[in-house]
Amino acid sequence: MADDERDKMETDIPASPRHPVSVSEHHRRHAPPLYGVMAEFENPTDLVAAARKVYSLGYRRINGYSPYPIEELSEAIGFTKTSLPLIVFIGGLVGGLAGFFMQYWIEVIDYPLNVGGKPYNSWPAFIPITFEMTVLCAAFAAVLGMLVLNKLPQPYHPVFNVPSFAMATRDRFFLAVEANDPSFKHDDVVELLKSLNALEVNDVEV
Amino acid sequence: MQDEAHKPYTESPMHTTTPVIDPGLTFASVTDKISSIVLKRKTSLAWFFGFAISFALFQLMLLAITNLVFVGIGLWGVNVPVAWGIDILNFVWWIGIGHAGTLISAILLLLRQRWRTSINRFAEAMTLFAVAQAGMYPIFHLGRPWLMYWLFPYPNTMGIWPQFRSPLMWDVFAVSTYATVSAMFWFVGLIPDFATLRDRARSKPFQILYGMLAMGWRGSARHWHRYEMAYLLLAGLATPLVLSVHTIVSFDFAVGIIPGWHATIFPPYFVAGAIYAGFAMVLLLTIPLRRFYGLEGFITMRHMHNMAKVMLATGLIVGYGYIMEAFFGWYSGNKYERFMIWNRMHGPYSMYYWALILCNIITPQFLWIKKVRSNLLALWIISFIVSIGMWLERFVIVVTSLHRDYLPSSWGMYQPTVWDWSMFIGTIGFFFTLLFLFIRFLPMISIFEMRTILPEAEVEE
Repeated sequence: MADDERDKMETDIPASPRHPVSVSEHHRRHAPPLYGVMAEFENPTDLVAAARKVYSLGYRRINGYSPYPIEELSEAIGFTKTSLPLIVFIGGLVGGLAGFFMQYWIEVIDYPLNVGGKPYNSWPAFIPITFEMTVLCAAFAAVLGMLVLNKLPQPYHPVFNVPSFAMATRDRFFLAVEANDPSFKHDDVVELLKSLNALEVNDVEV
Repeated sequence: MQDEAHKPYTESPMHTTTPVIDPGLTFASVTDKISSIVLKRKTSLAWFFGFAISFALFQLMLLAITNLVFVGIGLWGVNVPVAWGIDILNFVWWIGIGHAGTLISAILLLLRQRWRTSINRFAEAMTLFAVAQAGMYPIFHLGRPWLMYWLFPYPNTMGIWPQFRSPLMWDVFAVSTYATVSAMFWFVGLIPDFATLRDRARSKPFQILYGMLAMGWRGSARHWHRYEMAYLLLAGLATPLVLSVHTIVSFDFAVGIIPGWHATIFPPYFVAGAIYAGFAMVLLLTIPLRRFYGLEGFITMRHMHNMAKVMLATGLIVGYGYIMEAFFGWYSGNKYERFMIWNRMHGPYSMYYWALILCNIITPQFLWIKKVRSNLLALWIISFIVSIGMWLERFVIVVTSLHRDYLPSSWGMYQPTVWDWSMFIGTIGFFFTLLFLFIRFLPMISIFEMRTILPEAEVEE
């Protein structure tokens, strides 16, 4: 947003003896609503160390951004559990049962074919298709489950408003602390992140 | 800790061989080098030249298919007794080639082989394009290909269903599943790279295109966690899938009763043969590609050696298969089996059999020699010969067993026609057309995975 546009925004908190305005609120009085504060780091070690420090100070609504998966990072921000394996298992189970009972119903009940007097429920012959259906449905569950849990596609996200964030897909690492975290105070967070070896710290507009 | 497959390369004192990745690369240079092939470079004249030839052959394929659908299967050389000719042979050949891609993507990931990282994207693309070629044959070899949807179990007005006890039906499910799962695995792997391209693209249309494909990916740690889990699970699913698909393809023959087909060695023999043919194709393609696009820092001599070793190992398994077939043909004492082996070696198609032995058993033995593995031209020629050899193998299996089975009065000969060859050469053209488009518009090396194997990716405690 251009600076002159920002000045004209109506986010005034009237200052009066009964509504004292704090310093940070005063600075941000004319600024658009905040999603959070984001720090940029040069290497993964700094990012993980910063994430651990921020987490240990009680901040929970935090997230890291990196150009490749860093396992230590997701642990550092406190994110370890996901229901994806269960979703995939259920997908596979449903696929396998559906595949088998489709064949069973078709070859035994609805359209049985007498081939050389062999039993209708020729379950060994049903195995290949049952197996393929299991894999197919489990794979769908993995892909769709991952996308849905990640809430993708999500074309817009506030972090894209920071210009240097384009480097998140190249060689820079970011740590964001959201404004709706219970312990969030803008100036404190900015100071904390600056002390953790960040290259720069930016406000992230919603 | 970072899982093994994504740990950065560190030199171990025991194995001071060539590195998996050029030590001078950084996050920035890896990103820039690979994305520049897609985004910045002007399309080279050689690319246009190669694309033009492939596209022309693709048109030949379309012509052959159109003619086939209008006139009928009589255009081909198939007849009684050889009712399956090079149509089914090509189907098996193409599917087999596809298996190397899944092996590199999925199996080598589970086995924690870091060297897979620079070749997996390309190999997986090769798989998809090969399966696309293969998938056309079961449709067009039908007498009435416009009725191919009858192969799928849908409730219909005729009140009938497909016969699920047939390997041909198992094939329908196996190949469909394989194509779908491979496509999903490949696409999921591309999402973070689409984000990289979105952020690097300079023209608005491409920013929008890659942006849509990236689906808003931003590299969030929470997303990466689920992503890695999905990727690992897909690899775990794709591994038994690839083994099962070529096993089911081998059942097309092994469940039949004619000599030379009804053999229990077929499933493992076909799977090993598929990996053999597939690695030959990967080598055939990556050797010129890395030279032309300057990717020697990513696809190093270590990769060449490893792929050559896989080719040698699977070639030995395939050789074992041939020896066992010949041995059991004789040892069985069954006159039909014995004749089948005699016919392969001395009958009218014997030259194909002996060419097969030369291409598939003798030629790969040169790969024992380290100097041969290090010589890229020799490696390329051997890969080419192996590709031809694997085609000949399927020819020997399909044609020699069909043309002379139990009843001499049914014996005949098979001659592929110009339309058979046109369609085959056309599918090669289509395959290369797709590959050329892939290398022009998509990152042929997995950018984000390459970042994970760099030394600077390690998080120091």
